[in-house]
Amino acid sequence: MKVRLDKLTKVFPSRNKRSKEVVTAVSEVSFEIPAGKLVGLLGPSGCGKSTTLNLICGLEKPTSGRIFFGDEDVTDLPAELRGVGLVFQNYALYPHMTVLKNILFPLENLKGDKKLSKEMMLQKAEEAARLVQISELMERKPSELSGGQQQRVAIARALVKMPKILLLDEPLSNLDARLRLQTREELRRIQRETGITTVFVTHDQEEAMSISDMIVVMKEGVIHQSGKPQDVYDDPKDLFVAKFLGTPPINVFDGEVRGEKLLIGGAAVLDAAGVRDGAVKVGIRSEGFVPSADGALECGFTAVEVMGRDTSVICSHPAFIGDSIRAVISAETPVDTTKPTVRFDLKKSKVLLFDPKSEERIRFDEGANG
Amino acid sequence: MKNNLKAFLYLLPALVFLGVFMVYPLADVLVYSFEEGYNSASQTFSGIGLRNYSFVLRDPYFLQAVKNTFILVMITVPVSTGLALVISLGLNSIKKLKNLFQTIYFLPYVTNTLAVGLVFMILFKKTPYSDGMVNILVRLFSGTTVDFIDGPYWAKMLVLSIYTVWIVLPFKILILTSALGSVKQDYYNAAKIDGASSWRVFSRITVPMISPMLFYLIITGFIGAFKAYSDSVALFGTNLNAAGMNTIVGYIYDMLYGDSGGFPSYASAAALILFAIVFTITVVNLMISRKRVHH
Repeated sequence: MKVRLDKLTKVFPSRNKRSKEVVTAVSEVSFEIPAGKLVGLLGPSGCGKSTTLNLICGLEKPTSGRIFFGDEDVTDLPAELRGVGLVFQNYALYPHMTVLKNILFPLENLKGDKKLSKEMMLQKAEEAARLVQISELMERKPSELSGGQQQRVAIARALVKMPKILLLDEPLSNLDARLRLQTREELRRIQRETGITTVFVTHDQEEAMSISDMIVVMKEGVIHQSGKPQDVYDDPKDLFVAKFLGTPPINVFDGEVRGEKLLIGGAAVLDAAGVRDGAVKVGIRSEGFVPSADGALECGFTAVEVMGRDTSVICSHPAFIGDSIRAVISAETPVDTTKPTVRFDLKKSKVLLFDPKSEERIRFDEGANG
Repeated sequence: MKNNLKAFLYLLPALVFLGVFMVYPLADVLVYSFEEGYNSASQTFSGIGLRNYSFVLRDPYFLQAVKNTFILVMITVPVSTGLALVISLGLNSIKKLKNLFQTIYFLPYVTNTLAVGLVFMILFKKTPYSDGMVNILVRLFSGTTVDFIDGPYWAKMLVLSIYTVWIVLPFKILILTSALGSVKQDYYNAAKIDGASSWRVFSRITVPMISPMLFYLIITGFIGAFKAYSDSVALFGTNLNAAGMNTIVGYIYDMLYGDSGGFPSYASAAALILFAIVFTITVVNLMISRKRVHH
């Protein structure tokens, strides 16, 4: 089912009772989640993504704005009538119930014409358990399960009612690195198999990028950009989005455009046709560096980190903002580690310009890009 | 072995004190209860046997005390625990004035038993000057006034039960509000999303989650109520046998120090009977808890 948020705002009263200040957790958030897609709600902690999730599921009431499931306005509907499934960050499995009872619980709550027979409930619970592959754990208590298994139980409990929308709050953050990789594939598979519109919240951009059909990047309660992960990565609207997506993070330099040339530390590194003269912030993706003996960008060489598949060259530059530049190059490319400096050519498509004040993106002239 | 010796050396002072003030008197009570015709002045006895027990078990005052105690237990334990749960749920769900109400509910806990008794006198006792506040209310609704302190048995039992509940309530509320407060909000949110009615949330989430505390209160409630004595004294004075409101502990006291006292053997026998009752009830409670309590 399609989900549409229309200028959703949520204001919390300040924690300090005496102060009249309020906290705007979510501000005028509007976006549409296409039916049957997996959407990652992404942002640093405190950006309002969890609040947005709570607004969608009905645990929080919006201060203003509307929420639509399909064409139905559900803003005033209580959580239990919205037909959503929610997986909590810490899973919130009922500790005194077995796995089976946990999964049965939402079904037992059904009333009226939706009420199911005992056999039907068991059948549905077993189906959900099979989907997340925990059929053999049904008689265990949550405390006897590993983190990954608890996660699966939580997903089964959220799915057993066949919700219109499945919501997951930081679903992978309590798992160890290995399990996280495995579970995110699982999430993708479960979502594909059920076809349920799914929204998950995460602060881990890699997680969001890897499995989402669409990502929504938030900061301080405002949506900065949304779209297909690759599109957002390749074409960020502003410096925040550019910095937030990508590992290692984008390298940012102070630069200048003069006479259709991009200068970093006074050296012309790229053509900048169609860009007005003035100071800019230059973001260079770590994969945008090409080592070259007569490269335009000269950096102080610090170290090489061999990662197997590829190599990270750690280097420095006076115009660089931050600690050290990290350029990722293929392992086959030779790097002369004896010299004090290393020179790079830049891939234009991996170089992004931003206004130094507003941090909005400045685009190269598409025509001149060639 | 050397380590063990050191450990016992550290424990020695505590063990000595426990031995002198706990184990020895307990053993002594057991011995007294089998010594027939014991004379506390000459410290002599005529024989050993079960006569003390058969006397106590046939004593109408003791039987009355057992009856009173059981009625009191059966009324006050469920009522006080249930009421405490309702009040705690209420306290937990309000935001404004929560601290004020918590303080009010806690007041009886820090108030002296006898002072509370005085308040109950004002509420319930008939005097030449007043019928007591409750009777004034009863008359307002055109009922017949009852003498709660000196009148019929059930009126007295009612007052005693109210009094006992009132005394034990604050502690239970204190324990239960903190138990309720420690249940994570996530469980309630999950239950809400799962579409559970408020009754199902209460019975399937809240109660199981606080069941260890609830069970603790029920066990200590049973034990405490079986040992009731001062409440009865505060309301009906020291001559409880005459008032027909004696409790088992009251009977033991009377047998030792009361006007008709001086019979440590009878008192010991009664004490051991009380111990057997409390022990049995606690074991039954523990057995039930195995099945019902979720740790």
